[in-house]
Amino acid sequence: MNDALATVLIAMLGGAIRVSTPFMFVALGECLTEKSGRINLGLEGTLVLGAMSAYAASFHTGSPWLGVLAAGLAGSVLGAMHGLICKLPKVNDVAVGIAMMLFGTGLAFFFGKPYIQPQAPRLPSLPLGQYLDSPGLKSALDINPLFFVGIILAIVLNWTFKNTRWGLVIRTVGDSAAAARAMGISVDWVRFLTTATGGFLAGVGGAFLSLSYPGSWNQGLSSGQGLMAVALVIFARWNPIRCVLAALLFGGAGAIGPSLQAIGITQGYYFFNSAPYILTLAIMVATSSAKRSLTDMPGELGVSR
Amino acid sequence: MVSNAPAMTPSQATASKDTAARLWARSLRVNSEYLAIPLLALLAASLLFSVFLLLVGKSPVDFVSYVWQGGFGSAFSFQNSLQRSAPLILTALAVAMPARIGLTMIGGEGALVMGGFACAALAIPLVGIWPPWLVLIVMAIAAMAVGALWVGFAGYLRFAHGVNETISSLLLTYVGIAFMNFFVEGMLRDAANPNKPSTKQIGEAYMVGKIPGTEVHWGFIAGIVLSVLLYILMERTTFGFAARVTGGNMRAALMQGLPVSRLIIICCMIAGGCAGLAGYYEVAAIQGRANASLAAGYGFTGILVSFLARHNPLVIVPVAILFGGLVAAGGLIQRRMGMPDATVLVLQGLIFVVLLASETLYGRFAFFKDKMPEART
Repeated sequence: MNDALATVLIAMLGGAIRVSTPFMFVALGECLTEKSGRINLGLEGTLVLGAMSAYAASFHTGSPWLGVLAAGLAGSVLGAMHGLICKLPKVNDVAVGIAMMLFGTGLAFFFGKPYIQPQAPRLPSLPLGQYLDSPGLKSALDINPLFFVGIILAIVLNWTFKNTRWGLVIRTVGDSAAAARAMGISVDWVRFLTTATGGFLAGVGGAFLSLSYPGSWNQGLSSGQGLMAVALVIFARWNPIRCVLAALLFGGAGAIGPSLQAIGITQGYYFFNSAPYILTLAIMVATSSAKRSLTDMPGELGVSR
Repeated sequence: MVSNAPAMTPSQATASKDTAARLWARSLRVNSEYLAIPLLALLAASLLFSVFLLLVGKSPVDFVSYVWQGGFGSAFSFQNSLQRSAPLILTALAVAMPARIGLTMIGGEGALVMGGFACAALAIPLVGIWPPWLVLIVMAIAAMAVGALWVGFAGYLRFAHGVNETISSLLLTYVGIAFMNFFVEGMLRDAANPNKPSTKQIGEAYMVGKIPGTEVHWGFIAGIVLSVLLYILMERTTFGFAARVTGGNMRAALMQGLPVSRLIIICCMIAGGCAGLAGYYEVAAIQGRANASLAAGYGFTGILVSFLARHNPLVIVPVAILFGGLVAAGGLIQRRMGMPDATVLVLQGLIFVVLLASETLYGRFAFFKDKMPEART
């Protein structure tokens, strides 16, 4: 019994690290975008298009890292589209996000059709647990470098927001567009850049999905991870470090089903599949309030009006 | 202006008639903006999509001709389009109702899946025991109730807890699909069908028939009737007026003492009921059982239909028929042009993006502006 529990916990640890990485990238991208006072709900589509572009590029060039770059570029194109359209007056960024979600998914399915069968080279992982005896721990500590890139990125973003001129500009634009304009900052331009960069990060998150874990391209690859990551940013109170912690929590929740499967409990598999969504909803209920606006929320953000 | 001239007493009657006609013409001109700009957006999106087709080496002319053939060209294909427009009308209503009260709900797909699943699950033990008409009524009520709960819950979370309704309704969609898969793969799985996890068939005798003389099921009529009823509800009743006030400015509605929480929850429940009904017709008129093909994306196309119709229930019907034709032609395009089935998704996404960008054009054209002085009081 104890062995079974240990197996589940170790599998959940490994699963949390693997599952959390795409959450982390999408959440960091969305955090950056939302810090500047704009919400991009279309990151689900960006994630899927990123996954497809990464797989295709890796298949054709043989280099998975070029795949990651391709995913980022595809993501930033979608982000830039969102940014450009929202620059127009009277356009609703939430609705454009929904449209971009459908458009990105459509493009990914359109161009991704020929890549469902072939095998593309996958991203190598760092075998950190290679000197350990336990095979479970060994596979749990087989960690993809992108996981560490994400953590470093979160620290850098956090530092940038707090300590640099660029961070101040983004925060000002996000908190009061009028104040930013008075300072001579081009609000639209800053938001365009943060949305495009946020799209880049979300695309890289997609590359992780298709090139590392689960590690193949198909149309059911992402089912709401991009959307959950957007919700996660609210939970993380627009702080990059907390985004990483929240991503790990979500990764753990997403890993429950597969971990139980590892010790032979399979009947609840589809039920546990819905655990991350229910957890997201519960967290949104716990952190939102109808009466006050959220602490640390960028003042210009329309996410909880 | 003649009507403002002092010496107009002899022809008072003609003058007022003249003003009425001009008022009418003016309102026509001002309102035609809401027709012209979406049409312009459709045109622009078609041009962009043609460029896209040319870039991937396909002919836009072929595409149009196959959409015509597969969606509208023959009696058979047109009836197929009408049939496919039924769930689009119903899921578009599921977006339009909350939109009128100021909420961007996109959970129609989840309510459709849950409604369809609930009515199939409920019908299976009743088949052979209760008469078909009774089972069908119970199924319809169950589907609408479950759909209403599904979207109503998102509305409740929005009002009572301030949870962003766009995110929560989409999350609930994923929960609904996972929930259905859980039962369809497990407890309720039909052992006789090893290939595709499904519930048992409810049987031919227990299914909704076609409209006499056509190949279109009754869901299409239900969609039209509901569109008309909801139009009347929103435009001609105090409930609808209160809902529109809330949509215009929620804080003002609260100050006025309008029962905002009740309005929001009722609107969302009507919305969910419509989407649940779409699920009912998918199960009881087409599939005969619940399985993963319930989540065919009708709920997502419905979002676009509602936005294109500017959330007007009456306009939703023709727009839904248009997109029903496009969805119906998807198979033909796939076979004849050798393009993936996602081609239709790309076109829909493009139309949606361009449509939202076109919002910026409202009020930019002098032609649509109200130029008569008496309007400015």
